[in-house]
Amino acid sequence: MSNIKILTNGLFRENPTFGLLLGMCPTLGVTTSAFNGMGMGLATTFVLVMSNLVISLVANFIPDKVRIPAFIVIIATFVTVVDFSMQAYVQSLYESLGLFIPLIVVNCIVLGRAEAFASKNGVIASIFDGLGMGLGFTISLTLLGVIRELLGSGKIFDITIMSDQYGMLAFVLAPGGFLALGFLIAAVNRLRKTN
Amino acid sequence: MEYILIFIAAVFVNNVVLAQFLGICPFLGVSKKVSTAIGMTGALTFVMILATLVTFIIQKSILNPFGIGFMQTITFILVIAALVQMVEIILKKVSPALYQALGVFLPLITTNCAVLGVAIMVIQKDFNLLESLVFAASTAIGFGLALTIFAGIREHLELVDIPKGMKGSPIALVAAGLLAMAFMGFSGIV
Repeated sequence: MSNIKILTNGLFRENPTFGLLLGMCPTLGVTTSAFNGMGMGLATTFVLVMSNLVISLVANFIPDKVRIPAFIVIIATFVTVVDFSMQAYVQSLYESLGLFIPLIVVNCIVLGRAEAFASKNGVIASIFDGLGMGLGFTISLTLLGVIRELLGSGKIFDITIMSDQYGMLAFVLAPGGFLALGFLIAAVNRLRKTN
Repeated sequence: MEYILIFIAAVFVNNVVLAQFLGICPFLGVSKKVSTAIGMTGALTFVMILATLVTFIIQKSILNPFGIGFMQTITFILVIAALVQMVEIILKKVSPALYQALGVFLPLITTNCAVLGVAIMVIQKDFNLLESLVFAASTAIGFGLALTIFAGIREHLELVDIPKGMKGSPIALVAAGLLAMAFMGFSGIV
């Protein structure tokens, strides 16, 4: 499989959020605005690419029995790197994402790709896979963030689209997250069928 | 009184699934039947209390005194993973009946973000040990409450005529949204 194909596989065909329903907690938890969704997506992309890279390098040296704990340590290391870098350079985003940054470590997408792809493939292919999956995740989170921010407060990326008196607060709060994602997945399913 | 407030806040007002979005994967994954939902809740309550106890002690007696707080994420996830594995082995030997009931859910709990989330949250909120344990137990009960109600709803959804595109996860998410809206009625109590 060519690297470009691996990349687009994560972006569209096996999109982690809409296709595989993985990583639902951050998907719903941080998408109160488009910017937060994008920030979370990019942080996860970094962890995915780096952990895929390292795991594809060391996978052959790790005994099969301690595979999962070893992967988790590698992933947790990069999550800690992201955690402290964000605290240092993007303080406001760090505060609004809060608990969900350390929780990248239990995001099923990261461990899933380590186990299903990086441990069996070469370095370059693994990097492309991490990038594809990460960007696919980022796109879905940003899309959900745009919808929730627009319906909830009438803005997209903090730019006012419609007066906020039309905003439905519920979409920024918890119920709107579930509703918006439900309808979005239904729409994506419909689009997939017609293709 | 303080403990009752923590309990009510964690179960109803800030429900772990419906208000804080933690543990969504098992919430969507094992909510097809009420009986499995109850099994999952039992296993989760057990692991969550134990994990919070152990990580709390590690944070206060190892990470803080040695100033290695930056190791928190790595330590906690490893401790939780090891703990789940240990519980599984012990349960298999000591109580095969309980293992039969909870066994299949145990491996799933390692990647349940609610467990790690609660372990980190009690440190951030600066709870003492007893408060942490009450918080962990009530969070697990809140998870169980949401999961059981949701499983009941999904059992009924099986029989309903639903538009094709909405079948499966979309309709489950919409149902969860309505449930979350109902739980919003509790906000402001505590």
